[in-house]
Amino acid sequence: MKILAIDTSNKPLSVAVMDNDQLLAQTTLTTHRKHAEFLMPVIEDLVKKADLTPTDLDRVVVADGPGSYTGIRMAVTAAKTIANTLGIELVTVSSLLNLALNVQRADVLINPIFDGRNQNMFTGLYRWNHGTIETVIEDQHISLGKWLPAISDYEQPILIIGDTASFEDDMRNVLHSRLLTANPLMGIPSAALLGQYGLAKSPVEDVDAVVPRYLRLTKAEADWKKLHPNEDTHNYVEKV
Amino acid sequence: MNLVARDLVLSFETSCDETSVAVIENGNKILSNIVATQIKSHQRFGGVVPEVASRHHIEQITGCIEDALRDADVTYDDLTSVAVTYGPGLVGALLIGVTAAKAVAWAHNLPLVPVNHLAGHIYAARLVEPIEFPAMALVVSGGHTELVYMPEEDKFEIIGETRDDAAGEAYDKIGRVLGINYPAGKPVDELAHQGKDTFKFPRAMDSDDNFDFSFSGLKSAFINTVHHADQIHEELSREDLAASFQQAVVDVLADKTQRALKEFPVKQLILAGGVAANKGLRERLTKEIASFKDTKLELVPLSLCGDNAAMIGAAGEMLYRHGARADATLNADPGLEFEWLADEAK
Ligand SMILES: [Zn+2]
Repeated sequence: MKILAIDTSNKPLSVAVMDNDQLLAQTTLTTHRKHAEFLMPVIEDLVKKADLTPTDLDRVVVADGPGSYTGIRMAVTAAKTIANTLGIELVTVSSLLNLALNVQRADVLINPIFDGRNQNMFTGLYRWNHGTIETVIEDQHISLGKWLPAISDYEQPILIIGDTASFEDDMRNVLHSRLLTANPLMGIPSAALLGQYGLAKSPVEDVDAVVPRYLRLTKAEADWKKLHPNEDTHNYVEKV
Repeated sequence: MNLVARDLVLSFETSCDETSVAVIENGNKILSNIVATQIKSHQRFGGVVPEVASRHHIEQITGCIEDALRDADVTYDDLTSVAVTYGPGLVGALLIGVTAAKAVAWAHNLPLVPVNHLAGHIYAARLVEPIEFPAMALVVSGGHTELVYMPEEDKFEIIGETRDDAAGEAYDKIGRVLGINYPAGKPVDELAHQGKDTFKFPRAMDSDDNFDFSFSGLKSAFINTVHHADQIHEELSREDLAASFQQAVVDVLADKTQRALKEFPVKQLILAGGVAANKGLRERLTKEIASFKDTKLELVPLSLCGDNAAMIGAAGEMLYRHGARADATLNADPGLEFEWLADEAK
């Protein structure tokens, strides 16, 4: 099975082309945020360098969020359009889980973090169990103040990766020696690991329905929901 | 298989609050034109919220592609090119169409043609009748008010534009004062037809020696009039308010257009853009054009005045013939503009 894997959830861009779990080609860039300009050229280049054509692909695996709104939009739009237009499978994977895949050890709880600004984070808690990664706490958008009590009672050490800089000191004050940090390179997503993980996952049933995992309403919608708590928010778009 | 090869463009438009995909044959025949509108969603907020618009485009985009191909009864193998709006517009909204179009072009090895949204509005006229050059276009929409001179089919030169609010924007703002939710163009137009121009609002820049427009003064005069009446508890006729506002807008648009036609004689005047659906404006230009014996008025049909991908396909086919191409690096350009007419060309 030929797989195209894409992660542009935050500043880094990572794309891989795989043949089952064998990596054929991968590019990871961290120098810019120009995913709109770079994503399709990188895909084009890697598929060519892997000696394939688009129609050889069997599956697209995408990190669908959370992350920067523009970043996850680029990846999801490209991934769902490629899957739809080629009539191939699409697998969606949490961007936080994809980062957790960088830590392949069973003796810690893995806590990937994306900065949500103003002491808020997009985060979740993961662990390896007999070679399979498991969710311990679901991905969410949460303030540091609320996240800390949620993770402070586990006995295992907690390894933080990703945008840890603005949270590390406060976390250490609570977790003390149970807080572990990692080589910063582990905070950069790998599309190859994403593709490998996506190989075993079942594809989505409805490609058209796939949207990014924002985990946060827009401000306009959140304000509106407060005023209209019982309103059905579906069917706001009509074909005319 | 057809004996005569058909030129088939798959076109994308996502610059604001409509997700649209179309298939256009030979640049002038609509085989399909799918439009998914988000108006109902943005009405919750009284106007388009860019982040919400972008999210809706992602929900809709692949479904619209499928519908467009199915309605046109064509497959990817039949297509000649892919065309997409890359500006002007909301950046987060444009990017969805641009990314999807790039993905389709790459997957099926099709040339990609970048299209200016306003060129699309103008080329909607072509879906009814061939455009004859030189031509002039008055493009009026929620975001734009421009006079565009076209010496040849692929040359677009701005000769005048709004200095502040677009005409459609002014409609939405005074609509709010009248208690009309966005988009206010049509309801205000209907109200105006039941009233009279009793308030005589200012016609800004109408006598200036250029082709530029301004609507913010008119908008302020309107709002001040209503607020003043509120303060002294006087009830004003909504019909007359709407009629007076519309008359001022139409006067300025028609006068400037007329002056432009005198300086740039053309074979065709095209009225395009969302506000081109305005009945008052259509009636007035129809009357004015009678004095220009060599100029034909082309009113874009109501169904194609709003944002749609058919118009992008119509412009895209023309641009494709003239060699316009984009590669996979194509980015959205929210502030994209036509060039101003060079002075020596006058
Ligand atoms: Zn428009």
